[in-house]
Amino acid sequence: MRTKTIFQNYLFVLPAVLIFSIFYIYPFYKVFTLSLCQWDGIARFDFAGNFIGLRNFIELFQDKIWWGAMLQAGYITLIALTFQNALALILAFACDRNIKGGHIYRVIFYLPLVLSEVVVGLVWKWIYDGNYGLLNHWLASMGFSNLVTDWLSNPNTALTCVAIIHCWKGFGWGFIIFLAGLQTIPRQLYEAARVDGASSWQMFKSVTMPLMVPVFILVSILTILGTMQVFVLILSMTDGGPGYHTEVPVTRILASMVDSSRFGYACSQGVMFGMVLLAVSFVQIKLSKYMKQA
Amino acid sequence: MNKKLCIFFILSLFIVFLSLSLVGCGPKAQNKEQVKTIKVWHWMSDREKAFLELAKRYEIETGIRVNFELYAPSDAYAQKVRAAAQTNTLPDIYGILGEKRDFASFIKAGYVYDITEEMDKNEGAWKNKLFAKALSVNEFGQGNSFEVKPGIYGAPIDVTNMQMLYNKDLLKAVGVDPSNPPRTWKDLVAVNRKLKAKGIQGLVSGWGETWMIDCFASNYAFNIMGKDKVLDTIRGKIPYTDPDWIKVFDLFREMRDEGIFASGIVTMVNKTAEQLFANNRAAFAFNGSWCVNVYRGMNPDLNYGAMLPPEASDKYPMTIWGGAGSSFMVNKQSKEAQLAVDFLKWITDAPQQVFLSKETQDLPSNKNSLKDMPMVLSQFANAMDNTTHPNAWGVSEFPVVIEAFDKGIQSIIIGEKTPEQLAREVQQVKEREIAKKQ
Repeated sequence: MRTKTIFQNYLFVLPAVLIFSIFYIYPFYKVFTLSLCQWDGIARFDFAGNFIGLRNFIELFQDKIWWGAMLQAGYITLIALTFQNALALILAFACDRNIKGGHIYRVIFYLPLVLSEVVVGLVWKWIYDGNYGLLNHWLASMGFSNLVTDWLSNPNTALTCVAIIHCWKGFGWGFIIFLAGLQTIPRQLYEAARVDGASSWQMFKSVTMPLMVPVFILVSILTILGTMQVFVLILSMTDGGPGYHTEVPVTRILASMVDSSRFGYACSQGVMFGMVLLAVSFVQIKLSKYMKQA
Repeated sequence: MNKKLCIFFILSLFIVFLSLSLVGCGPKAQNKEQVKTIKVWHWMSDREKAFLELAKRYEIETGIRVNFELYAPSDAYAQKVRAAAQTNTLPDIYGILGEKRDFASFIKAGYVYDITEEMDKNEGAWKNKLFAKALSVNEFGQGNSFEVKPGIYGAPIDVTNMQMLYNKDLLKAVGVDPSNPPRTWKDLVAVNRKLKAKGIQGLVSGWGETWMIDCFASNYAFNIMGKDKVLDTIRGKIPYTDPDWIKVFDLFREMRDEGIFASGIVTMVNKTAEQLFANNRAAFAFNGSWCVNVYRGMNPDLNYGAMLPPEASDKYPMTIWGGAGSSFMVNKQSKEAQLAVDFLKWITDAPQQVFLSKETQDLPSNKNSLKDMPMVLSQFANAMDNTTHPNAWGVSEFPVVIEAFDKGIQSIIIGEKTPEQLAREVQQVKEREIAKKQ
């Protein structure tokens, strides 16, 4: 009887396991084996013939452009973690109250998220354009002509411009998660605090914050994972330029694969990138456990 | 009972899912009519309509159906072709996008039919119709560095070259005779000073697409040091720190200092550059012959001409990138390889080439089709003798060196690097790559 139950249980999960194996485990295995090879993606793949051991990884450790791209993705992530999430939280707070037209605001704040990244990239590229961009036009008409610049061609502004658009595009889902989190907090807790004479700040500090910790953790993990993999926006706005100033890990992987036909090296970049993300997530989960206990 | 039902339901669902997946992988049902069909994959969305019309005409003439399948944009197409090569599902005719090295890999892997014999048949009737420069892009010579059996492996369906365009009205506005655009570097700088004084932008081009920088720089490398020295650099015999290369890099520094570049050129895509030039927002553009069609669409009244980039040296002639614009290859493993070759012969024949050229404003690959062309297009056609192309050099630079070279020039333009710094950096990358190979 017990064997039969176990068999049935396995049978239930079999389709999911199969799909997961085919679409996740096998590709990962393939990427890992390719990362140990030198292969151009065209010739027939022969593991023994193409095997070069860890040479791709050794080269990757010495690849300054790769690590520069990693740092640049880190910079965008930092901006997303702070400004994007702060904006999302503030707006979630605002919409959590009974305000007139609250639903409309929710839709508006969520709207950038549903727009295509390519479209967003191209529209903002046009806004930032040094020749006929709206931003420069506005700045000049408001008397700030000294601020007019080629926003995306200027190495000092390009990455920040891209980061800002990434935040604008992505704050919507943080907003929704924060809002959902805020709405799960029992209202009685606020009422009790109010009866005890707590100020708004005290209520935020002692009621909202502790109960929102799991939500903060979730949002920050998703922000890190999502932002480190930013790619389409950069491709449509700067293609990694000027020079290497807006390169991020995924654009480097693409460059190795498409421009240089180095599939093996691209896979080693993919594996390394995955490991870095895994490590970051691990540290963050540990940190959040500590925070919860504290 | 419920459990049994549930298990039965899950199993059924699984079997249905599996069957559907397997059916999807199976061969398609045979056409009852048994019409001979050739499948062609391409990425040229602007030529789709013309191709479909030609396919219709071909079916009427021969009874053979040609299915053109468009996969755009070109990046996605390039990936599709690679994936199809891995799964052995390439169509009868397809194009290979990429460098000569990629083309060689396709040939060595057995995916490309050698059409040399077909080209040479009837005393080279097919070969002689086509521009030699366009053919050379698809040709592998004796002792080529790619170790490919010498021969011709593709048929060009159009030709192209990259030149400078000048806006006649803007030149006139600053007192420059539009029939006598700048021929030398000094002239270009002088004209630009006049343009700058009137607040007109100088050169616009899509240098966010780095291959265009590569193209512009190698034009001047050929002009300053000649073909042999450029190729010797690629072979590793001459370093990029050579004074001639520094002269090439210094041209970009000078253009930056003189304010020749249009604003935002380093991240500009060519489409934006084309819009700026077409809307009289810049006096010069660096673009390919396809621009004639593009400008016509953007501004039919644009008054412009094409010219070779102004010479920076009188030591060697100005050489521009050009050759086959787009080429088609026959799949060696296709059962209809001969039919595919026959179709390529037909599409590169004069009547079809004239039709394609008229419809798309591209330069035909057939030498006998250069008639009734717009003036600017003939200017492009006349420069075909000055063309060269990396795919025809027989040697190719390491992709990472090309990247360091192009991105480095972007850095000069934004004032981050000096020509000397860039030369050193590119040479370092080159030496690293050579060491890896040894």
